[in-house]
Amino acid sequence: MKNIQEIFDILKEKFGDSILELLTTLPVESFITIAPKKINEVCLFMRDNEELKFNSLMCLSGVDDANGKQVKDENGAVKIEGSTLSVYYHLESTEFRHKVTLKSSAPKENPEVESVALIWHHADWHEREAWDLVGIKFLNHPDLRRILMPYDWEAGHPLQKDYKNPEFYHGMKVPY
Amino acid sequence: MGLLDKQFAKESIVVTSLEDLLNWSRLSSLWQVGFGLACCAIEMMATSASHYDFDRFGVIPRNSPRQADIIIISGTVTLKMATRIKRIYEQMADPKYVISMGSCSNSGGPYWEHGYHVLKGVDRVIPVDVYVPGCPPRPEALLEGLLKLQEKIRNESLVKKTA
Repeated sequence: MKNIQEIFDILKEKFGDSILELLTTLPVESFITIAPKKINEVCLFMRDNEELKFNSLMCLSGVDDANGKQVKDENGAVKIEGSTLSVYYHLESTEFRHKVTLKSSAPKENPEVESVALIWHHADWHEREAWDLVGIKFLNHPDLRRILMPYDWEAGHPLQKDYKNPEFYHGMKVPY
Repeated sequence: MGLLDKQFAKESIVVTSLEDLLNWSRLSSLWQVGFGLACCAIEMMATSASHYDFDRFGVIPRNSPRQADIIIISGTVTLKMATRIKRIYEQMADPKYVISMGSCSNSGGPYWEHGYHVLKGVDRVIPVDVYVPGCPPRPEALLEGLLKLQEKIRNESLVKKTA
């Protein structure tokens, strides 16, 4: 069983600059930040390494950090510019009984994160959900379609903080 | 004016109006589409099961809209599902009836303000005959809704359009 500092040291030694930082001072769970284009390599290593054996991805969630600045466009609608979208990975090793949280952030203008769907297959639908609701593009995902909203939903990704719901969908009025 | 308005005591003959006979036969065998959407569907299933026994009112679940007279919209109608509900409703043969069961299908329910994915009432896509309030309604409430629908059918007219 390894704690998060030991896991961080192993990753730092192997991947160097791709492992950005370890945050332990937050009131919430500690996590390791990883570069979005390297997350697949790091995750594959973490699954197969003899000391780590993270064989289970407990959860994968997409988050709109909304940490940019609010701008009003010509119609008066509030947009948030320059913020990031993040993916959180909760991993567990059922053999060693250790757990770790990873975070990977990408700019909202081009939110590209490498997919881990081929490393843990249950990440497939989690990533589709994160794409559908938050709008994170997972590179090299086998089938990145919307999973909850209709396939022809054109209004964007509903859980983004500056999302605006449309007036009509297929002739049906949407607001109350 | 009931069905047994004029009965001849000795012979096995009953005199009634065609309207009453049609209405009586319609309201006594309302076959429903086996169609559940959310937690209301659990209550609907409980109503169909032995304890509340929907069958005593002639309600039998059918697995095709083409063989059904009534559809119970039991649960949250998402925008994705709304187009499908409309299609199922259009496949049902006339005369057809709709019971909207529970707050969600009546008005959007708890999703009325922030439910970006929810249709705020199924009556925006198909015409509803009876609304059953509740979240979810108890089986007794659904039975009451069915009795209301039967009352409505009992008073239908062949010459005058009611629905």
